[in-house]
Amino acid sequence: MKYVDEFRDKEIALGLAKAIRAEVDLARPYRFMEFCGGHTHTVSRYGLEDMLPNNVRMIHGPGCPVCVLPAGRIDMAIHLAMRPEVILCVYGDLMRVPGSQGASLLKAKARGADVRMVYSTIDAIRIAEENPAREVVFFAIGFETTTPPTAIMIRLAEKKHLSNFSVFCNHVLTPPAMQNILESSDIRNIGGVEIDGFIGPAHVSVIIGTTPYEFIAEEFGKPIVITGFEPLDMMQAILMLVRQVNEHRHEVENQYRRAVIRDGNLRAKEEVSTVFELRDRFEWRGLGRVPYGGLRLKPAYTKYDAELRFGMRELCVADDPACECGAILRGIKKPVDCKLFGTVCTPVTPMGSCMVSSEGACAAHWTYGRFRDHQQRPVS
Amino acid sequence: MCLAIPAAVTKILPDEMAVVSIDGVSKEISIALIEDLAVGDYVIIHVGYALTKIDPEEARRTLDLLRELSAE
Ligand code: SF4
Repeated sequence: MKYVDEFRDKEIALGLAKAIRAEVDLARPYRFMEFCGGHTHTVSRYGLEDMLPNNVRMIHGPGCPVCVLPAGRIDMAIHLAMRPEVILCVYGDLMRVPGSQGASLLKAKARGADVRMVYSTIDAIRIAEENPAREVVFFAIGFETTTPPTAIMIRLAEKKHLSNFSVFCNHVLTPPAMQNILESSDIRNIGGVEIDGFIGPAHVSVIIGTTPYEFIAEEFGKPIVITGFEPLDMMQAILMLVRQVNEHRHEVENQYRRAVIRDGNLRAKEEVSTVFELRDRFEWRGLGRVPYGGLRLKPAYTKYDAELRFGMRELCVADDPACECGAILRGIKKPVDCKLFGTVCTPVTPMGSCMVSSEGACAAHWTYGRFRDHQQRPVS
Repeated sequence: MCLAIPAAVTKILPDEMAVVSIDGVSKEISIALIEDLAVGDYVIIHVGYALTKIDPEEARRTLDLLRELSAE
């Protein structure tokens, strides 16, 4: 078994689609939000929506850490990278994310900033060791999946007594964002979205387990099924959600048992809690300031905090008013509802973050979905 | 950016590192987040770190269930 092809079998997918059709109540809508961009990618890439009955609709949620990073944080990173002593290490996805007025790290690099793409936090440590006379800053970003590698790197920097190394921390947390989508006061202004259940994050849950979602299932009465990223995983999860809705249940169920256990990865959680603590609030693109939505370094590790080391000023930048990212991240609008989609805004010329990452709703729709637009199904 | 992929462990290295094979391509990754790893195990890789071991028993059970559900 290679844990990939087996979960892409077309015959089984068609059988699951039949099972879903047999169980849905045609008299009601089923609106399921996939929180995670990896799932959005799977839905678009394998055309899963075409296999579902018309009254089962997938709503693409916040998705990806790159998509929810506010433009102001990109501007802060650009200012930092322009300092001659700084080498800024970033994951590749971040290079083209638009800051204010079309600025990006890629353009900063073209103007002389020393911005280096890394695949792993291990590379950032190596760069710091090789450049003792420079200040190496790692642009840390990501949900709970990407946070443990940052924690390990900070502890390694400490062990190696690296004094030229720090972290610009942009780690965010998934459960508070789910809660925010369901109850944010902003919803009164830009409209709310009806959600009958969540497809829960796969690899975030590998780390945090299934328990952190229980309060959402209980307090908001929403079924949640944690599921893997392969198409069969998702089809099974949709069937499980349909069954919960039909039976008036709202529980956290785990479809992704081959990788997720209830308590998650204890070793990873311990690393994270050693190094990080909650921020009272953290701005998310499209969601505003999410209470307890982000992490910062604990007092014992603040010497590695780039925001303090370089006196970085918090910058808040409004998104381009024509960009609908905010409403798209909340599942209120679809990419085609944005008038910039496919004209001004494409993966080569992204105006908003949803078009940058391949897991963003706009990029996924651009790559796999736009050819089907003419036969778009009615929204139930 | 949360996309992660399954890979087979082909060699355990010192300092909590390992070599994995992804469709025949070798890559060096950190295994600092996992305990008790052996050559032949499958892990899920993300940004150069193994996040967890894949449980072959559970994978088989899920596949059986998928076949059952699709045949109903
Ligand atoms: S198409 Fe571009 S501008 Fe419009 S919402 Fe998507 S990312 Fe933003």
